[in-house]
Amino acid sequence: MAEREQIKKTSTRSDTQSVGPEAKSSAGQELKAELDDLLDEIDEVLETNAEEFVKSYIQKGGQ
Amino acid sequence: MAIPKIVGIETEYGIILRGAEDWNPVSASSLLINSYVASNPGGIEEQGLSVAWDFVDESPGTDAREGITEFSLPPEVETHLVNTVLTNGARYYVDHAHPEISTPECRDALSIVLYDRAAEMICLDAMQAATGNLPPGQEMLLYKDNTDRKGNTYGTHENYLIDRSLPFAQVIAGATTHFVTRQIFTGSGKVGSELPGIDASLVPYQLTQRAEHFEEEVGLETTLKRPIINTRDEPHADSLRYRRLHVIVGDANMAQVATFLKVGTTSILLAMLEDNAFPRMFRLADPVAAMHQVSHDLSLDEPLRLKDGTTATALEIQMDLLGQATDWAEQFGLEAVGVDSGSMVLERWQEILTGLERDPMSMGSQIDWVAKLRLLEGFRERHGCDWGDPRLRAIDVQYHDLRPDKCLAGRVGLEKLVEDDEASVARLEPPTDTRAYFRGKCLQKFADSIVSANWDSIVFDLGAEPLRRVPMLEPSRGTLEHVGALIESSDTVADLLRQLER
Repeated sequence: MAEREQIKKTSTRSDTQSVGPEAKSSAGQELKAELDDLLDEIDEVLETNAEEFVKSYIQKGGQ
Repeated sequence: MAIPKIVGIETEYGIILRGAEDWNPVSASSLLINSYVASNPGGIEEQGLSVAWDFVDESPGTDAREGITEFSLPPEVETHLVNTVLTNGARYYVDHAHPEISTPECRDALSIVLYDRAAEMICLDAMQAATGNLPPGQEMLLYKDNTDRKGNTYGTHENYLIDRSLPFAQVIAGATTHFVTRQIFTGSGKVGSELPGIDASLVPYQLTQRAEHFEEEVGLETTLKRPIINTRDEPHADSLRYRRLHVIVGDANMAQVATFLKVGTTSILLAMLEDNAFPRMFRLADPVAAMHQVSHDLSLDEPLRLKDGTTATALEIQMDLLGQATDWAEQFGLEAVGVDSGSMVLERWQEILTGLERDPMSMGSQIDWVAKLRLLEGFRERHGCDWGDPRLRAIDVQYHDLRPDKCLAGRVGLEKLVEDDEASVARLEPPTDTRAYFRGKCLQKFADSIVSANWDSIVFDLGAEPLRRVPMLEPSRGTLEHVGALIESSDTVADLLRQLER
């Protein structure tokens, strides 16, 4: 019974996630959704002055 | 017969002391590690983590090639810098101008993934402890990458236990091509090139961080004219029976699957060499040029020139290697690399190569260079920027930021092979199946009586008597099975030593 419920749940989820005939596997879709979320918020996560940050990232003396 | 492939990884982390006017990376790294030790991780007694590293057996200048006469500078050992042993059997120290963690000796690739993740968590604990000791407005930041993208690189070295009787020429012949071609799944990705005269129009993005810093095929160097095969011959074990292959070509991986395959495939390849079960070896015409070429080829279909006059792509060579590895496993079994971990390596190796062949961009949950490239391309699409945009370079660095709220690698859907609660335990607890168990458990229980420790010995102080050095020259001994009950039943170091002598 529990198994049947789970199967049903999974199929509902993949139905709602399908965006068109070209939609790929649900794993691929999840990854795309995660990336879109990150891109929506990236300004909050990224260093505020990217140019200055990149310029000052200096690491001398390594193997 | 192949010997157990005991493995360790050493990672040098990028470091920034943000908010300080003028700071020095050596002092910052020392503050980082001292702050961690002083934070008393694991609630071990005060002196628990102040046990010093013992340099008596260090000889990184010894060359695996006998009678070598060419001029080569041995690496320096900086004995005066902060250097400590952790209760999980790892070493945490300042090397050159970076904080570095060497994982404890691990029995298989899955165990390496666990201790590599534990090392990241130790670094995060250390960053927080150090920031707490800094004036307001200053912050200690670490990055698990391998270059500042300005020509300065720092290493993530792998170490494999190999049989002394395997001729080193065989290692060179067998491993070089793997190190060049495995980059298609071990690369962590980098925006642009660090080679002179190559701009974004030629190389906007490449597979690896390290490839461009290699200039030689074979040699002893690790900081200048880096070679694909490093010949440092310092086994940290019985030197009549063992070598330690010191691999310096790899990138630091954020993707656990990449770390797993990097170590897992290399362990299998070395075991195949020991079993003399490596019938087809591809010899590259110019390994150094091929190393750069593979890193620069995002399509994965550029042919590499071989010594016999033919060509093959990195992917084709890896596919063939996988086929030979599968044959080897059927004939010899997977004991040398750990049966469970080894069969998982073969399975995932197949999956990754097939996926890369079908569509490299579909491997964004497993491979760092793909995950990072997807993010960069997504950003470019939204903001319409070209490859010279500093925000893309910031994304490149911040992919490796260890702060959970800033770490971009933590937000791109990378698959986990070990859970964080498991890795959290591994910050303090040693693996049970190598000599790291003896080192770690002795530190947990008898830290007050330990003067120093290193890979292959521990020095105990029994008070009135002279100091006693306990050698650990056999990396697969000193496990839970061998010494667990003995350590458990010893109330004092004197008890322990008495029982060990029996």
